[in-house]
Order: sequence, then structure tokens, then C-alpha cells
Amino acid sequence: MGRKILFITTDQQRYDTVGANGGTLSRTPVLDRLAAEGIRYERCQPTSVVCMPSRASMLTGQFPSTHGAWMNGVALAVDAPSVAESLKDAGYATALIGKAHFEPFMDVFGRYAENSLASLGIPTIEQPWFGGRRGVHRGFDHLEFATHGVMGPLHYARWIAANHPEAARGFYPVIDQDFNVNAAGGGDTGAPQVKFNDVAREWYHTDWVAERTTAWLDAQASDADWFCWMSFPDPHHPWDPPKSELSRVPWREVPLPEGYPRSAAEREAILDDKARHWRAWYDGRVVSNYEAPAKWVPATLTEDQVREVNAYNAVEVELIDEAIGRVLKAIERRGWSDEVDVIFTTDHGEFQGDYGLLFKGPYHVDSLMRLPLIWRPAPVSSPVPSVVSAPVSLVSLAATFLSVAGHPAPSWLEGGALPVDDDDASLRAFDSTATEWDSALFGVDVHLRTVVTSRHLYTEYRPGAMHDGSEGELYDLELDPLQRVNRFADPAYRTVRAELAERLVDHERRPGERAAPGVLTAPV
Amino acid sequence: MASLRQDRRINASVETVWGIVRRPESIADWFPGIVSCTVEGSHRLVTTTAGMDSAEEIMTVDPLLHRFVYRVTSEPFRFHLGIIDVIEIAPLDTLCVYSTTAEPDVFALLISGGTAGALEEIKRRAEALERKLHG
Repeated sequence: MGRKILFITTDQQRYDTVGANGGTLSRTPVLDRLAAEGIRYERCQPTSVVCMPSRASMLTGQFPSTHGAWMNGVALAVDAPSVAESLKDAGYATALIGKAHFEPFMDVFGRYAENSLASLGIPTIEQPWFGGRRGVHRGFDHLEFATHGVMGPLHYARWIAANHPEAARGFYPVIDQDFNVNAAGGGDTGAPQVKFNDVAREWYHTDWVAERTTAWLDAQASDADWFCWMSFPDPHHPWDPPKSELSRVPWREVPLPEGYPRSAAEREAILDDKARHWRAWYDGRVVSNYEAPAKWVPATLTEDQVREVNAYNAVEVELIDEAIGRVLKAIERRGWSDEVDVIFTTDHGEFQGDYGLLFKGPYHVDSLMRLPLIWRPAPVSSPVPSVVSAPVSLVSLAATFLSVAGHPAPSWLEGGALPVDDDDASLRAFDSTATEWDSALFGVDVHLRTVVTSRHLYTEYRPGAMHDGSEGELYDLELDPLQRVNRFADPAYRTVRAELAERLVDHERRPGERAAPGVLTAPV
Repeated sequence: MASLRQDRRINASVETVWGIVRRPESIADWFPGIVSCTVEGSHRLVTTTAGMDSAEEIMTVDPLLHRFVYRVTSEPFRFHLGIIDVIEIAPLDTLCVYSTTAEPDVFALLISGGTAGALEEIKRRAEALERKLHG
């Protein structure tokens, strides 16, 4: 019998939303306890700052330029490597409950399994169409899907429609009539993607994901080895948590984030110091990617809107923390507490007012790239609590799971197992991470390559519709933790820049086979 | 308004490829995700796997240019124009180009994503036919 693995992800959650990381807006006692008992990572980076490429990296242990799902709307190939499949080979029962998003959600031709599995019923290995080694799909025996809100064909949407149809009206309509990300405002301040939601807390997707996870765990044999990916859709927009919970964080009392420059002149000066698409988006001249509302202009964002968005985001984070606590209690009831590794992270961050912006896009700064990551190894392994300050990447997750399972690392992995402390990180040369962005939407293509070390964050812009290939950003994370002063052209940083550029060259030249880039078939 | 394009080089004659795409009622055979199709005169009704019905008007079926043009006339499209061009490069080398222009923009992307799969299926069928003809 091996160690069991509970892998918990959220969607679009900032590093500083967790108490253990210094967050003060939301109370996260469960995560804080896991961090105190295990390993807390201070600089975890995604491989991409949008969902699909980042989640595909968690599953494959590969960078987007290797696994081929290079932007939202590009499906990960069905035969792509899968850590779930390797764990299945190692004898683990495998489940993914909540948000997957390895395949496009907008799917008018019904081509993707994620969108069709729900209509076939909740798949289990007992069902006759269970197909063998790869499980039902991508190595998972059991899949139950949810996403933001209640639209679409996924399990949670069908559950709401069947059991609480009246509750569906309470959710924010994520997509507008033109199938763009909705810009409509709500709440008290008219902030985009905000809505008062009358849904009962126990019907909200956060609690549903925890409840379905518990049900799956309860169905496992006491001596089973299992890998369960519990994937919460929140705190990704829309910000429409159950209205009954809003009093937890009164928005009028929420301080403005440190990263929000209060004067328009200051905001604009900071943005003008960055690559040109930053200011172009802020002014509403260009929306280069689908992930932000096409009809929303960031320059219109008010201080009160920032406060209200951050308040509701904090409420969503608290609900997730409590849901995790209930699942851990269920694990305790089964007598498994000492045998379970718990790993918590997210796929990417969110601006939440930094630089006067919301949402995400081709903007490689800590707001979107510094992620919460906590690994509480199974107590049976006698873990030593630690804090890792060295840079690590989500690309290391798959190797970590396999290491926990005692399974040999397949050759397709591009990341090594996470270090357990800074000495381990130093010994195994965890000294930089890479993040990629490629997008091509309606005639606008944008390409970024970024390397992060303990001290610096360096981005090169490759030629595209908005950049000629000469632009870049370089931030000194020690002297400029908010990344407001771009040192790319600063002669004092010439040597640092050259060294970081060389690291990017190394990333591009890394060995290994690359999948053909997938075809863009949907916006998301 | 957004305009997108997919294309495939196919190892088959232009007439073989054109033979697959020219009949309006054949779309359910080679467009993955379209599960049924009925044609009355120049009007076509297609239904997708996801249950979306789409009313279409066939505008051009040109056997000389090898060009098939149609438009979706039902909501949520405010505009749609689909064009399939079959172009001879060499006797057994054909370029098939599937263009989609639509408003709202997102629908151009969604339909164009589907046409990529359609071109794969057209290629598979045409090359299989060619192998059957020429051994």
C-alpha cells in the first residue's frame, strides 16, 4: 500500500490570498495548517497564465510548447502523456472532480469528451464502456466536471438543472449574447463579472466539488491507493459567491491592494514603461486575448470596483478553504490522515486591481505568475516543515506525484519532483523557471517567453502583431517587488539581462520530443 | 466580423475532392459533429452533436471553379459566409481551402474550428478513394 494523493487546485488564485503567504483579506486556516505542517513555496510559477495550457502542464509535466496546447481553445491531444495514466499503471484509483479544461468548453460540434461525458452519466470503472488502461479519459477512472457558473453540458450544470433549476438564475452569465466574456457590471459598484447570487451555499459549485469528492473517496476500499484531483472553479471570475456569505468580507472595508496605483497618471506612467500592449489594453484600444471581456475598458475601473471584486474573491477563497477542511475531515473519518499527501495550488493568478487592471492576459508579472503552492507530505513519511524560496514550477507537479507513488519518472517529464527545502532546491539546481505565452486571435498574435529567478523576472516579446521582437521587461524582484520599473533597457542591468536571455535560450533548446502545436478550435 | 481560413493539401485529384464536397446533403458524412442534414431546394438544415440547429442557404455550387458557397441564416449568426475552394495543384495534388466569415466574431472561430476537422475527414476520404482507384 502506497501513499494516497489529494491534489487540490483552484482557478485564478493569487499567491497573496492565502493567510500563510501573508494574505489578510480571507481567512484560510485549513491551508495555513497544511502549510505549517508541510512545505510552503514562496515562488511557484505557472507554465502559462491561462487555464488550458497551465492545466495541461499539470497533467503532462510538460511545457505548453511541448504538450501542444499552446493557448486556451487548443485541446490537449487525447493521447498526450498523463500522470493519471502513470499512476493508474502503478495501481492507483484515479479521479478528477471539478474543473478539468484540457479541452475547449465551447464545443458546438460536440467533439470533446469533457463535454460529452456528463450526458453519458457519471462514468465509473464498473460501466461497460470503461475502456481499459487509459481509464475513462486521460487516465482517470472517474470524472465529474464543473466550471464557472451553470451553463453548458458539464455534470454540475446538469445537477443544478435537474435539482435546483430556480437557482440557475442567480449565477452571473459568464458569456454574453455574442459569446464574448461578459462585460456587464453588477453588485453595488457595477464591476464587471460581479453579481449577487441567491444560490444556497450548499448548492454552489465549491461545495458541490467537495461533496462529490467525498462521495468518491467514501467509495474507495480502505486499502486502496488513490489519486484524487479536486479542482475548484473559483475564485476565477465571475465573482458571484452565494449572497448569504458576502457579509464575511464587507467590501467597503477592503483596503486597496498595494499593487493598485491610485492616480490615473501614476497608473499610466507605469503601464507606459512596459511593452506597448499593456497600455493599449488599459485604454481599450486592443484586447489581444479572449480571457478578458472584449467590451470592458480597464481605464474605467474604479477604486470601489477593485474593493468589491477583491471582497467577493476573498469570500470565494474562504469557501474553498472550508470545503477543503470538510474533505480532510472525511479522510480522517476513513483513518487515512497519516497516509495522504495533500498538494494545493492553482493554475495562474489574477490582477485584482494591480496596475489598474482585472482578469489576465499576456502580462507576465507576479499578479498572474506568483502562485500559492503547499505540499503537506503524508505524515507517515515524517516530513520536516519548511519554506522553499527557490523558484519552482507547476511543471514539477506530475513528477512529484509519481515520486510520492514510488513510480519511476517517465522520459516525457520536463520537470523534476518539487524540492522539499532550499538545500534540496540548491542541490538539484532549482534556480529558474520558464513561462510561455502564445496567442493568435482574430489577426492579433502575441508571443512571450519569461524566465524567473529568485531575484529577477525577465520577459522577451517575440515578433507578433503588436511587437517587433525588440521589446522586453526586466524586473528586480528584490528592489521592485511590485514590478513597476522596467529595467530591460537599463545599462546597469545589461549583464543580468544577458544571463537571463541565455536561460531562455536554454529553455528553447531543452531536449525532448515536442508535440505538434494543436489547432485552435474555440476561444476557450 | 471575423474571417478565418483552414486548408489541407490532399493527395487526390481535384475531381475526387470536389466529388466529396459538392453535394449539399453530403455534409453530415464529412463534417465531424454534424449528425443530420436535410436539403430542400437551396435550403439546408443541419444539426450538430451538441443539438444546435442551423438553417443554411446554398448560394453557389460551381463545378468549373470547384467552389461551394453557403451561408447560415439562423440565429445567433448576424452574418455568415462559408466557402470551400478546391484547387488543383497537380494531377494528384489538391489544395482544399475552407473559409469562414461570421459575426459575432466568436462564431467564426467556433465554425472554423469545426472546418479543420472537416478538412481532415475530406482528406481521409479523398485519399482512400484515390487509393481504391489507382491501387
